[in-house]
Amino acid sequence: MDHRNNGDGRLLLWLFAVATSVKLLLIPSYRSTDFEVHRNWLAITHSLPLSQWYLDETSQWTLDYPPFFAYFERFLSFFAPLVDPKITDLHSGLGYAADSVVYFQRITAMASDLCLLLGVLRLTRKAEPLSRNLICVLVVLSPGLLIVDHVHFQYNGFLLGWLLLSVSFLQDGRDLVGGFLFAVVLCFKHLFAVAAPVYFVYLLRHYCWSGLATGLRRLLTLGAVVVAVFAAAFGPFIYNGQIQQVISRMFPFGRGLCHAYWAPNFWVFYIILDKGLAFSLRKLGVDVQVPSASFTGGLVGDSSPFAVLPQITPLTTFVMVLLALTPCLIKAWRKPQPGLVARWIAYAYTCGFLFGWHVHEKASLHFTIPLAIVAVQSLEDAKHYFLVSIVSCYSLFPLLYEPREYPIKVLLLLLHSMVMWLGFSAQYALKEKKEDGESKKSKFEIGCIEKSYLMGLVIVEIVSQFLHPYFLGDRFAFMPLMLISTYCAVGIMYSWVWQLKRILT
Amino acid sequence: MPPKRKPVNLSGDGTAPPIDTWWWLTHKGTTTSFLCISLFALLIRSAVSMFPYSGAGTPPKFGDFEAQRHWMEITTNLPPIDWYRNGTHNDLAYWGLDYPPLTAYQSYIHGILLRTFDPDSVSLLTSRGHESYHGNRAKSEVAWHIAMILLNPCLILIDHGHFQYNCISLGLTVGAIAAVLCGSEVLTCVFFTLALSHKQMSAYFAPAFFSHLLGKCLRRKNPVLSVLKLGIAVIVTFVVVWWPYLHSVDDLLMVLSRLAPFERGIYEDYVANFWCTTSILIKWKKLFTTPSLKSMSLAATVLASLPSMVQQILSPSNEGFLYGLLNSSMAFYLFSFQVHEKSILMPFLAATLLALKIPDHFNHLTYYALFSMFPLLCRDKLLLPYLTLHFLFTLIYHSPGTHITLPKTKTSSFSFTSFPGYVFLLRTHFFISVLLHVVYLTIQPPSKYPFLFEALIMILCFSYFVMFAIYTNYTQWNFSSHFRSADKEKKQI
Repeated sequence: MDHRNNGDGRLLLWLFAVATSVKLLLIPSYRSTDFEVHRNWLAITHSLPLSQWYLDETSQWTLDYPPFFAYFERFLSFFAPLVDPKITDLHSGLGYAADSVVYFQRITAMASDLCLLLGVLRLTRKAEPLSRNLICVLVVLSPGLLIVDHVHFQYNGFLLGWLLLSVSFLQDGRDLVGGFLFAVVLCFKHLFAVAAPVYFVYLLRHYCWSGLATGLRRLLTLGAVVVAVFAAAFGPFIYNGQIQQVISRMFPFGRGLCHAYWAPNFWVFYIILDKGLAFSLRKLGVDVQVPSASFTGGLVGDSSPFAVLPQITPLTTFVMVLLALTPCLIKAWRKPQPGLVARWIAYAYTCGFLFGWHVHEKASLHFTIPLAIVAVQSLEDAKHYFLVSIVSCYSLFPLLYEPREYPIKVLLLLLHSMVMWLGFSAQYALKEKKEDGESKKSKFEIGCIEKSYLMGLVIVEIVSQFLHPYFLGDRFAFMPLMLISTYCAVGIMYSWVWQLKRILT
Repeated sequence: MPPKRKPVNLSGDGTAPPIDTWWWLTHKGTTTSFLCISLFALLIRSAVSMFPYSGAGTPPKFGDFEAQRHWMEITTNLPPIDWYRNGTHNDLAYWGLDYPPLTAYQSYIHGILLRTFDPDSVSLLTSRGHESYHGNRAKSEVAWHIAMILLNPCLILIDHGHFQYNCISLGLTVGAIAAVLCGSEVLTCVFFTLALSHKQMSAYFAPAFFSHLLGKCLRRKNPVLSVLKLGIAVIVTFVVVWWPYLHSVDDLLMVLSRLAPFERGIYEDYVANFWCTTSILIKWKKLFTTPSLKSMSLAATVLASLPSMVQQILSPSNEGFLYGLLNSSMAFYLFSFQVHEKSILMPFLAATLLALKIPDHFNHLTYYALFSMFPLLCRDKLLLPYLTLHFLFTLIYHSPGTHITLPKTKTSSFSFTSFPGYVFLLRTHFFISVLLHVVYLTIQPPSKYPFLFEALIMILCFSYFVMFAIYTNYTQWNFSSHFRSADKEKKQI
């Protein structure tokens, strides 16, 4: 038994090594401004004292993640000057893009993915070998992660690793550690806070709800742990009286409802409905003002970017996310089962993605990775995951707009789809063999509607990539993006409804 | 004999059928797993194409990439007869075409494609040195369409890094080999002639094909008829491809003279073959004239490929044929005139086909073949893909669940392992090569011998190649004795 587990651990390490070689080959690929952002943070944390970190404005890419991430950058910046001192120079390093800094940062991203591997290893150590390998392939070799982390450039693998570790402890029933790790994740990137209500309700009900004395004691311990984590993170800044500044940096509500590339969420439909209504009302003779504000720009005083429909404020989005989360929270309250935690967390991030304020497409990673763990649990989950991971990966395509990366992103997605299909078919063919007596129709097959939706993705790609430039050239340049966002939003809405149904039954 | 897969029992009770680690990949059949692996190979190739190519940004002559672009320029703008001719529009000194017509036709097709996307990159004369991305992309797109599943690091680095189109002629050669293994000889002739018409380097395999087919024909009832049939297939294919150049003897000679640039000398740079390595001691270029060197190299090559040819003519067999390919290409690599480092691709291809039979040796060969190209790749700034592809290759070679089950090289009666100190020698050899990697990258060579390290690398690789060639020749020769004893047994029965 132990020997077999060791062997499987080796396969996971092997998969990680293969993923690392692919990442190494992706080193010279396109880098977005996020690359310069992180380099600037290395420079800030290295060259300036702590009291200046959230105040510095030498570069437009100011520090806007919570303090633990700043400490992480500080740690990395120990090594940066060994490679090239100019990396951490605050002024002369601006926009520095020499080989040394590219290699250094990309390699730190690859190394920090070890955290992700650790999360997967711990999470799957009791699973069947085939499921274990499949989860590893889906997470470590996730095309979305490769595109966002290793081309576009971010450190999501590292952060998601912590999240997976936290989930693994919760699944084991070790709630205190799970809660602690989640608090740590929050202090790395506050975007993870969308799942905080789920954690809160679950921990309260599962951990703290056992008799008055133990319950109270546990509640206090949990509270103390969380406060301790936050104190370690924010303490120095509270001491310096900068907490207001830090909070304003972390929550820049000056930005608009939608990101420039229109993440495929609910608001896409809202905007299209608004534009459609405005258009038809104007045709009918009703005087409809053209809004002065834009969706992607900030809130300009009281003016609304919407012509007809009511204005959306950050508060509205907050309320909507909570409303969407409520069924899940009620379920978690009634029957807190460790095995369902991953599902609830994935659902929370889906709601956050669909209804949140200024959501970026990259946020789809937050629910695709946890869903990978759930995907191996049943046939329906597998079919659902197949669809949602393809859609979310495709929605990331506009991020890599240069022609050089085109074959890479297409091949990553195709390879991922093929591996998923093979892996899931293998897993369910196996199960079919085991349950030979019953004539269960448990084959991994995609339904007609899903197949046509996926075919539609191919058509969308052909239209936006080839037909549009050929027929329309540069005119209506926003059309392809809008088409992609809308089409993917349909898929993600479907996923949300499906997940909700699954949670409620 | 296919490798037996050691089953790993997944369920604890032992009633479920045993499944091994890679079952999920292969359970839907070979075609599906082939597609899956190809997708991965294509992904790796497209990633490597992002790295610098030969001659990137280095005027006035740039490198192989510019050569390919220039050929597209020539073929789309001039009539075929002028492709190999020196003229006002086609200055042969600037990357003249030096491959047979099929390469020219292929450049023509690519040129047409490229013209629709980016006309400036192929406009006559004004596009020299044009390095727009579209040019890069169109070439790599077509290279993938014809990609093979082998995650062959040498091929990937040369075709997608340095930049060439070896994939096509190698693909055609593999097609010819497949036809031989299936027994359809006419198809073999067609494919191989096409391969030859794409790159003259495919001639490295010619003795093997020739001797195997001849051996097979001689065993038929009517040998003359079989030979005639094959000869006609060759001639017809040849005529079809070379048609524009067959109108006069002059034209044909013009093309042929471009294909065999004897003026470049018996060796260039530091390739790990016989002439170059021994030139450290014997200065061939100073002692002999080019024509006499030509005859000497021809004689040496023929002699070296003779044993394998004879073996195949006497007792042709499929496995013997594969070894024959390896031996003849190795002989050409070691002894031929004007061999380039990249030519190691030919013997390497033959070795990949035999990978299941000689896995250990194949592993070492890959390492030394890559190492022999190391200085070239460093010049093209392909160090990272070199290291990564090597790493990836090693990972896949040692993928969990298979390496334990691949049979160790069948030990013939003669085996190097029986020599005392063999393992020690191998290990020292390997250690020195690793050291050389580091030295080459970090230390500056002494000004008196600026190419000292390249020479050392060359000597090391050459010594390995010679040992390898001796081993494979011996193994192939042994097939005859097996056959002869089998025949004797049949006679006795």
